[in-house]
Amino acid sequence: MAKHETPLLDQLESGPWPSFVSDLKAQAERRAKNEEGIEFQIPSDTVDDLLGILELSFKHGRTHWKHGGIVGVFGYGGGVIGRYCDQPQAFPGVEHFHTMRVNQPAGKYYTTDYLRTLTKLWDFRGSGITNMHGATGDIILLGTTTPQIEEIFHTLTHDMGQDLGGSGSNLRTPADCLGQSRCEYSCYDTNAMVYFLTNEYQDELHRPAFPYKFKFKLDGCPNCCVASIARSDMSFIGTWRDDIRVDQDAVNKYVENDAAYPANAGAFRGSKDWGPFDLEKEVLGLCPTKCMKFENQKLSIDNANCTRCMHCINVMPRALKIGKETGCSILVGAKAPILDGAQMGSLLVPFVEVNPDNDYEAITEVIENVWDWWMEEGKNRERLGELIMRQGFQKLLEVTGIKAQPQHVQYPRTNPYIFWKEDEVEGGWERDVEEYRKHHQR
Amino acid sequence: MSDLLDNTEEATKAVVAFLEKKSKSKTKFYLKDFYKVFPDDKPRMIKKVVNKMVEREILEYWSSGSTTMYGLKGAGIQHSSEGEE
Ligand code: HEM
Ligand code: HEM
Ligand code: SF4
Ligand code: SF4
Repeated sequence: MAKHETPLLDQLESGPWPSFVSDLKAQAERRAKNEEGIEFQIPSDTVDDLLGILELSFKHGRTHWKHGGIVGVFGYGGGVIGRYCDQPQAFPGVEHFHTMRVNQPAGKYYTTDYLRTLTKLWDFRGSGITNMHGATGDIILLGTTTPQIEEIFHTLTHDMGQDLGGSGSNLRTPADCLGQSRCEYSCYDTNAMVYFLTNEYQDELHRPAFPYKFKFKLDGCPNCCVASIARSDMSFIGTWRDDIRVDQDAVNKYVENDAAYPANAGAFRGSKDWGPFDLEKEVLGLCPTKCMKFENQKLSIDNANCTRCMHCINVMPRALKIGKETGCSILVGAKAPILDGAQMGSLLVPFVEVNPDNDYEAITEVIENVWDWWMEEGKNRERLGELIMRQGFQKLLEVTGIKAQPQHVQYPRTNPYIFWKEDEVEGGWERDVEEYRKHHQR
Repeated sequence: MSDLLDNTEEATKAVVAFLEKKSKSKTKFYLKDFYKVFPDDKPRMIKKVVNKMVEREILEYWSSGSTTMYGLKGAGIQHSSEGEE
């Protein structure tokens, strides 16, 4: 029997989709029965009270959560997010309902043993509710009380070799796609780099350093499976600077509709009858830069005009491959729509080598220059993307010592004015009047 | 690093004095507020020193989840909304 009546929440279960309400009810019941005989360290009816307070919020049309607080583990300024409810008498099970962020492994590879140990810990010392994974990439453990925090941290670090992730004005847990560990499109080893960045910037990850949050996300190729371009202040997207590798025989197999060469690696097979594969329409016609030609059974690509969108490679993976000289592009300033609307990342570094042998020197240099500027100039709670809008992309180029290049230009010639700085003009602003008057009368 | 920031005792005194002076109107501060106390230092160095003061339990963090602020340990309300003391 449910502890609280929840008619408004029940209505949410009536749609065609799986409902979080059903999940929470199942979890509340599981804790009430406690067939495993767990010695719950926080109230066993936490999940009932969570449903109860949510129902009340719907009824009142306002939240009953307070925002923020002082909780954390010793020495860390992030990883734990305090949440308290403002109706503790009616819902004592959620008087404290803190969130813990656990640093997910690179590429999100787990053993089942690890997952069992983690969920067991969370049933014992928390609500048992998890979010795999949060928007930052972390494993999110939702709902525990203040006295449990250090205990959980101890078990995580000492028994599981597991660290917390970032929150607050910290570097957030870097997140990546699975990259070269599984994916043939990957232009660099995202797992290795995410591991390096996580270790290199431990201080920034665990102790607040910035005007606001800062996220790194790493995609092995422009398919952008972790959507780094939209979701991170600094996104590292794999790319290549030589040519797409073309296997002409395989291209012709696709053109001939050979069964062993299904378009899109067969991904849409069975969804509906898409008819025979049409290279002209499905590849050349959809190339965003129209830089491909197919003549006399030969596919040619004007690689200087290819933007590495991945479309042709995705459609014909057996015929086309990423180039051999691989590295990554760095984009900056993506953010959610809190101020000024959502923003995608802007291309800052078109190509940089990804070199673990020199500790990714070329990349950390860009990172640290950007941080120095943002820490100095960023207003409180101003994201990097907002600072770039406020002070200008040109300023960003200046502080990172990067020269303006065509790839930085999205729309040419929308602004007819050029404002030169004195040091960009030969001779500066000074002129020799005597010299001038030799040629021009007063 | 300036002599002031380099000297743990003096740096702590300066930070505590700054926070106490403001304590009537505010108990929670952004990292950036401490830049004024150490005008000759780089933000990255200031951040290191201020975070050490939290470790030594002179200061404490307050976090909304997305933003972190600093205050004297025990000052102000432990959990409240941003901008509300
Ligand atoms: C490379 C040479 C030149 C450049 C780049 C140039 C550029 C410009 C620009 C940008 C403006 C607009 C200024 C504003 O909106 O405030 C302007 C206005 C003007 N220019 Fe030039 N100009 C050039 C040569 C000349 C020459 C040789 C003459 C005449 C002998 C001339 C006559 C004018 C006049 C009369 C205006 C004002 C138009 C108005 O009242 O809106 N310009 N010029
Ligand atoms: C209408 C209600 C809510 C809205 C509009 C809302 C909005 C947001 C937004 C915009 C953020 C991102 C802040 C940032 O990182 O910059 C956030 C983060 C967060 N919220 Fe809420 N929130 C709501 C309710 C709640 C409730 C009820 C809880 C928990 C009891 C909660 C817990 C959190 C936590 C733990 C974070 C940090 C997670 C993260 O940064 O990934 N929120 N919320
Ligand atoms: S982003 Fe590219 S490299 Fe990474 S998993 Fe997706 S397709 Fe593969
Ligand atoms: S990767 Fe994209 S832009 Fe480049 S040739 Fe293929 S479809 Fe065209």
